[in-house]
Amino acid sequence: MSGFITVLLVILVFVIIYQIGKASEYASAMRGQEVVKYKTNRVIGWLLVAFFFLGLYGIWKCDQYFKPMMLPVASCENGIKWDSMFNTTLVVTGIVFFATQAILFWFAFRYQTTEKSKSFYFAHSNKLELIWTTIPAIAMAILVAIGLRNWAAVTSPAPGDATVVEVVGKQFNWLIRYPGKDNELGKRDFRKINDANNVLGLDWSDPHNNDDIISQKGELHVVVGKPVKLIIGSRDVIHDVGLPHFRLKMDAVPGITTTMWFKPTITTDSMKRITGNPNFVYEISCDQMCGKGHYSMRGTIIVETQAEYDKWMSEQKSYYAENNAPATPAAPAAGAEAPKADSPKAVTMK
Amino acid sequence: MNNAGVITEGPSVAHAASAEHHGHEHHEQHFIWKYIFSQDHKMISKQFLVTGIIWAIIGALMSVFFRLQLGFPDSTFPIMEKFLGEWAKGGKLSPEFYYALVTMHGTILVFFVLTAGLSGTFANLLIPIQIGARDMASPFMNMLSYWFFFLSSVIMLVSLFIETGPASGGWTTYPPLSALKEASLGSGLGMDLWLLSMALFVVSSLLGGLNYISTILNMRTKGMTMTRMPLTIWALFFTAVLGVLSFPVLFSGFILLIFDRNFGTSFYLSEIFIGGKALPHIGGSAILYQHLFWFLGHPEVYIIMLPGMGMASEVLSTHSRKPIFGYFAMIISLIGITLLAFLVWAHHMFVTGMSPFLGSIFVLLTLLIAVPSAVKVFNWLTTMWRGNIRFNPPMMFAIGFVSLFISGGLTGLFLGNSAIDIHLHDTYFVVAHFHIVMGVSAFFGMFAGIYHWFPKMFGRFMNNTLGYIHFFITLVGAYLIFWPMHYEGIAGMPRRYYDFSAWESFKHFQDINAFISIIATIVFFAQLIFVINFFASMFRGRKVTTMNPWGSTTLEWTTPINPGHGNWEGDIPEVYRWPYDYKDDGNGGDFISQTTPLRPGEESH
Repeated sequence: MSGFITVLLVILVFVIIYQIGKASEYASAMRGQEVVKYKTNRVIGWLLVAFFFLGLYGIWKCDQYFKPMMLPVASCENGIKWDSMFNTTLVVTGIVFFATQAILFWFAFRYQTTEKSKSFYFAHSNKLELIWTTIPAIAMAILVAIGLRNWAAVTSPAPGDATVVEVVGKQFNWLIRYPGKDNELGKRDFRKINDANNVLGLDWSDPHNNDDIISQKGELHVVVGKPVKLIIGSRDVIHDVGLPHFRLKMDAVPGITTTMWFKPTITTDSMKRITGNPNFVYEISCDQMCGKGHYSMRGTIIVETQAEYDKWMSEQKSYYAENNAPATPAAPAAGAEAPKADSPKAVTMK
Repeated sequence: MNNAGVITEGPSVAHAASAEHHGHEHHEQHFIWKYIFSQDHKMISKQFLVTGIIWAIIGALMSVFFRLQLGFPDSTFPIMEKFLGEWAKGGKLSPEFYYALVTMHGTILVFFVLTAGLSGTFANLLIPIQIGARDMASPFMNMLSYWFFFLSSVIMLVSLFIETGPASGGWTTYPPLSALKEASLGSGLGMDLWLLSMALFVVSSLLGGLNYISTILNMRTKGMTMTRMPLTIWALFFTAVLGVLSFPVLFSGFILLIFDRNFGTSFYLSEIFIGGKALPHIGGSAILYQHLFWFLGHPEVYIIMLPGMGMASEVLSTHSRKPIFGYFAMIISLIGITLLAFLVWAHHMFVTGMSPFLGSIFVLLTLLIAVPSAVKVFNWLTTMWRGNIRFNPPMMFAIGFVSLFISGGLTGLFLGNSAIDIHLHDTYFVVAHFHIVMGVSAFFGMFAGIYHWFPKMFGRFMNNTLGYIHFFITLVGAYLIFWPMHYEGIAGMPRRYYDFSAWESFKHFQDINAFISIIATIVFFAQLIFVINFFASMFRGRKVTTMNPWGSTTLEWTTPINPGHGNWEGDIPEVYRWPYDYKDDGNGGDFISQTTPLRPGEESH
C-alpha cells in the first residue's frame, strides 16, 4: 500500500513539474518570445555564476570534510615519492582546472545575448593555436619526466637483501608463504593443490618446501626498515594485491608470476600513534574484481621490529609439520594428479 | 508528418529499398515500413534513440539499486524485492546480484546507450542531412544495423531473467573469472548470453560504421568538400573509423573466450585450481584478453566522446552566434585523438605485471593525448569569447559538456601516469574519472544534441523550462556524486566492493557513501523529467514554424520542417561556403547559410 502511495506521489510530482513547464510556455507565448528570451537569458546567466561560486565553496567544504579521513603518511620511500608526485600533478591540473572553469563561466555570463549585443567574427588564429598546443605539451613533458623517474624507482629490481615472501590469491582470501630457515621458497605445482593439506600445491620432493610456513589468515609479517619482495600469484582468477598505505598495487594472475617490493618505514604500532587510531592495521585489499566475495578478500600486514618478527617466526610451524604431524611424509607419487574424489569442494563456492 | 508520404525522386534515394516501399504514387506508407522496418535514416535514428533511452533508464535504475546497497549496507529496501525478486530477498541485495548489476550497468551504459544510442542516433540523423545526401550509402544495411542492435538488446535483456543471473564479472569480463563456470554464478549461462549479445552488437556496430564512412566519403552534395563539413560530421566520421578498426579486435577476443568457455582451449587459462580441482589448461595468458579487450576498450572511450565533442562544437558555435574557433585545429585535434586512441590501450594494464618499459611508452603516449584535448577545450572557450550567447537548453548542455570534460579530462593525467596509477588503479578515483568524462560529459553532449535537433526530428520543440530544471539538477548532481569519489579513491578505497564495513581503512567513508547514494537517486529521478519532456514534446510540444529555428548555417535546416524520405523536396542544395559563417549577412541577419553563394569580393574561409 505504502509503495502504491509513493508511486502515486512520484507521478504527481512529475505531473506538476510538467505543468509548470507547459504553463511557462504559454506565458512566454502571451508575453512575446523576444522579451522572455532576454529575461530568461539573464536569469540563467546569474544561475551559472551562482553555480560557479557555490561550486568553489563546495570544493572547499569537501576538502575540509575529507582532510581528517585521508590516508596517513606513506609507509615506504616510494610511497612518499608518490605523495609528492601526486601533489605536483594536483597543482598543475588544479591551476588549469580553476582557470578554464572560471573562463568558461565568465565568458558564458559576460557574452550572453542582450537586446543590442552582437558577436565578434573571430574564426581562427594560428598564433593562439600554437601557444595552447605548446604549453600543454611542455606541461605534459614535465609530468611524464617525473612519472617515468618514479615508475623506474618503484618497478626497479628488489635490493639483494630483501626478504622474499610469496602472496597467493584465491577466492576469497590471501595465502602467504614464508621461505622458512633456508630462505628459499620451494617449488609448487597447481596440480598438487589440495584444500585439505596442500593449499598451495607444494611439491614435497623439493626439500626447500619442508620448512616453508603458510599463513592462511592472510597475515603478512614484515620487518621495519628491511626491504621485502613479494612473489605474487593466484590459484584461480585474477586478483590484485593492493597496499594503500604503501601506495602500491600488483595483479595476481594465474599462470604468471608477478613481483613487487617495498621497504616499510613505520611499524604498525607507530602508525597507531600517528593516526591516533588504536585499531589501525595495514590492510591488503583485493583490487581486481574476483567474484562474489571480492569485497571480503582482506589481508593484513604487520610491520614490526626485527626482535618482534623473530619471536613471531619462532612460534610458527612449517606447513609440512602442521599437516604431516609426527611421521611419514604423505607426499603423493610424482606426477600424480591432485586427489579427485575426496577433495573438499566447499571452499570456492560457498 | 505532412511530408511523410512524399518520397522525392533523386539519384540516390534508397536504391535497395525499391522492392518494398518505393512506390511512386502512394501517399501513406504502411505502418510497418514507415516505423518498424524503415530504411529512412531519420526513422532509424529515432529507433536508436528510443531504444537508447529505454536502456538508459534500465541501466540507471540498476545504479540506483546498487548505490542503495553501498549507501545503506545495513538497511533493507522491500521495494527492491518487488523489482528483483529472489536476488533481493527481504529487500537486501545479494552479493552475486550486486556484481551482476554493476556489470550490467557498465555494459548497458557503455555499449547500448553511449555507443549505439549516441552514434546510432546522431550519425544516422545528421550524416545525410548535413552533407546533403538523400539517405545513407546503403539504407538496407543501415536498417540491419539497427535490427542487429535490437536482437543484441533482446538477448542482453533475456539474460537478466535467467536463473543464474546475468554476467557478473564486470563490464570488462576478464577471464578466468568470466571463463569458468565454477568461478561465479554469472559466469554460467549469463556469460554465454552476454558474449552472444555483444557479438551481435559488434556486427551492428560494424554495419553502421562502414555505412557512415562510405556515406561521408562518397555522398556529399555538390560543393560540400571535406573541409566544408560541419565538425559533427568530422567527429562522427572518426568515431566510425575507430569503431570499424577496433571492434573486430574485441570480437576476436570474444571468440577466443567462447572457445575457452565451451571447447576446452586454453587461450586465456593456465594453472588454475578451482571448484576443488585442478583444471587441465596450461600455457594460456589471462593478460592476452586484456590486451584484446582494451584495444577496443580504449578507442571505445573516444567512440563515446567524439560525437559529443562534435555536437558541442556545433551547438556552441550556433548558439554563440559565432564561428567555431579554429575549425582546422579542431579537425587536426580530432585526427590526433583518433590516431593516439589506438596507441594507449595498455594504460589500463599498468599493474598487470606487464613490462615496466612497455608501461613507460604507454605513459608517454597517453599523456600526449592531453594535448589535442586541451586544444579542443581552448577552442571551445574562444568560440564563446565575445559571442552573443543564447542560453537555451542545448547551449546549457554544451557548456556543461565543456565543464565536465575539463574536470574529467584533468584527472586522466593522474591515471595515465603509471607511477600514480599504481596506487589509484581500480579505486573510486577511477570511477569518478571515467564517470565524469565519458559518462556524464558524453551524456551532456548527447543531451545538447537531442535538445538541438529535436525540432528536426519531430517538428516540435522540447519544453525549455523542463530543460533548464533537468540541466541544473543533473550538473549539480553529477559534481556532488563524483567529486567526493576522488577523495575516496585517493584514500585507496577499491571499486566494485559490496560492503566496506569490515575494512579499517575504508569504513569511515560510510556517511559520504550514503550522501552519494541519495544524490544519485535524486539525479535518476531528474532524468525522468527529461524522458517525460522528450515523449510529451513529441506529441504536444510547441510546433516549429520556420525551417531554421536556431538560425543555423548547416544543411539540415534547409530541409522541410518534417522532411520525408529523401530529405529535400526538390534538388539537393549546393554548398558554397564553410559551415560556420556566423557573421553579418548584409541584411541584418547574423548568419549565412552554407547554401548561399559567396558575395562578390567575399573570400571563402
